[in-house]
Amino acid sequence: MKLSLSLLLALILAMALALLAGPIWIAPDQWLAGDLPSLIITELRLPRVCLGAIVGAALGMAGAAMQGYLRNPLADPGLFGISACAALGAVASMFFGMAAWWLLPAFALTGAMLGMGALALLAGRSGSLILFTLAGVVLSSLAGSGTALLISLAPTPFASSEIITWLMGALTDRSWRDVGIALPLSLFGMVLLLVAARSLDALTLGEAAARSLGVDMRRLSLLMVVGTGLCVGSTVAVAGIIGFVGLVVPHLLRPWAGHRPSALLLPSALGGALLVVLADMMVRLLPTAAELRLGIAMSVLGTPFFLALLLRMRRELA
Amino acid sequence: MMGLACENLHLTLRGRPVLNGISAVLQPGKVTVILGANGAGKSTLLSCLAGLRAPDAGRVTLDATALSAIPSRDRAKRIGLLPQKAEIHWDIDVRALVGLGRIPHHGRWGEGEADRAAITDAMSATDIAHLASRKAQRLSGGEQARALLARALAGQPEWLLADEPLANLDPAHQLDALSRLSACAQAGMGVVLVLHDLTHAARIADQVLLLKDGAVLADGSAEAVLTADILGEAFGISVHIGQSVDGSRFIVPAAKCV
Repeated sequence: MKLSLSLLLALILAMALALLAGPIWIAPDQWLAGDLPSLIITELRLPRVCLGAIVGAALGMAGAAMQGYLRNPLADPGLFGISACAALGAVASMFFGMAAWWLLPAFALTGAMLGMGALALLAGRSGSLILFTLAGVVLSSLAGSGTALLISLAPTPFASSEIITWLMGALTDRSWRDVGIALPLSLFGMVLLLVAARSLDALTLGEAAARSLGVDMRRLSLLMVVGTGLCVGSTVAVAGIIGFVGLVVPHLLRPWAGHRPSALLLPSALGGALLVVLADMMVRLLPTAAELRLGIAMSVLGTPFFLALLLRMRRELA
Repeated sequence: MMGLACENLHLTLRGRPVLNGISAVLQPGKVTVILGANGAGKSTLLSCLAGLRAPDAGRVTLDATALSAIPSRDRAKRIGLLPQKAEIHWDIDVRALVGLGRIPHHGRWGEGEADRAAITDAMSATDIAHLASRKAQRLSGGEQARALLARALAGQPEWLLADEPLANLDPAHQLDALSRLSACAQAGMGVVLVLHDLTHAARIADQVLLLKDGAVLADGSAEAVLTADILGEAFGISVHIGQSVDGSRFIVPAAKCV
C-alpha cells in the first residue's frame, strides 16, 4: 500500500511537470487563463498526458498479470506478440477505410484477445519457458507478416507510410476523444485483471496446487485473455505499439511488492503510467527536428534492459 | 457414508484405461497409503479424490455428498493437496508461501485475523516459524518440504492428500515428514499418501490401498495387505519381510520374479 501511494504521488507530480514542459513552457498560473496557453494545456497537453498515464497503466498492469499467469518474468504484451496482434487488427481496419470511429479500436481489441488466447492455449497451461517463448515468436512473426502483407497491399504509398508511422507508436496530437476510447476500455480490462489477483497468487504453487486451492483455471484464463486483450487492444488503438512497459515496470517493482503477483498489479499500473508520462515528456523536450516517436524511444530504453535481464538469467541458469 | 469414498471409478486418458472400476472408503483420522507399480493409477486416483479430475464413470463422495456437487472453494477448504511436483515460482518468503494455503478462506479484503492465526499455527506445527522471512526458493530440500506442508496445513483441511511427499528427502527428513503426517491423522485429519517405500508404508499406514493396472488389488490393514504374496503379484518382485526391535515391520525388495 505504501508502495502504491508513493507511486501515485510521483505520478501526480510527473503529470503536473509534463503539463508544464514542452517546446513552450507554461506556468501553472496560465493554465486556466483562457487564451492560447490555456488552449495548449486543455486541448493538447492535458489529453496527451492523461492518455500517456492510461496507456502506461494498462500496459504495466497487463505485463504484471501476464507474468503472474504464465509464471514467467520475461512475459510482456509487446515482446510476445500481443501488441503485434492488436496492431494487425488495427491495420486491417485501416485497410477497410475506417468506416466508423469504433472500427479501429474494435479490431485492435479483437486482435489482442485472439493473440492472448492463442498464447494461453499454446503455452499457458504448461508454464514452460521454452514453449511460451516459441509461442510468442510464432505469434509475433505471424502478426508481423500479416501486417507487412497489408502494408504492401495498401492502395497508395501515402496510405502505407501512414500505417508505418502509426505502427511506431506515439502520443502526438491526441485528443479527448482518444482518452474517451482508451479510458473505459482499459479501466474495464484492469478491473478484470484485479479480479484475477488471488488466483495469480495461487499459481505461484503451480497449476495443480492452484486448482486444489479452488482456482478455476478456465475462468482465470478467460479473465486474463479478455483483461489483457482490453488493456493492450485499447492502448494500441490510441497510441500504436509501445513496447517494454509491461516488461520493465513489473520487474523493477517486484522486490518491493514482496514478489507476490497480486501485490504487483496496482503498483505496476501506477509505475507504468509514471514511466510513459516521463518518457513522453522526454521525447517532447528532446531537441530533434521531428519529434522522436514514443514507441521508438521506449524500445531504445527497453532493449538494453531486456539484454541485462537475459544476461542475469543466463548467470543464474549456469 | 462418512469419509472420502470412491465408487467404481473409470477413467481413460489418451486412449489408455487408467482407472478400471476403483471403489474404496477412506476414513478420517487415519493414514491411508496408496501403493502400486508405476502407471498403476495412483496419482490419477489421488487427483480424482482431490476433485481435480472428473472420472468418466463412477463418483467420489465426501461425507456422502458427490465431490462434483461441492463448489470448488468449499472443496478447497475441506481437501488440501500436496502435488507430486513441488513448484514455487516467485521469490516469495516462507510466511507468504504458507499464507497461500489460506486463499480459499480469504474474505473480500484478503487475509484476516483467523487467517493469520492459522498461518502461525501451521508454521509452528512444522517448526518453520524461525524461517518466516527466508526466501522459500532458497531453503534446503527438507525445509522446503516442511514449508509446503505448512502451506497445506494452513488451510486447516479435513483431508490432506499428498503425492509422494517423501521424494527428494534424505532418510532423516523422510522420517520427520512421516511423523508430522501421522500427527495430522492423530489430530483428526484424514491423511492420504501415495508412497513407493514399502517399509514406510508398513510403518505409517492404517489402511493400504494397493493398485494394479488401475484396479484395487488389495485394500485393508497394513498387516493384511503387505504380504509377500500380494506384493509379489502387485510389483512382480519377491520381498524380505522382517521385524525390527521396536516391533514395526520392514519390507525389502529382494529380486524380480521371473
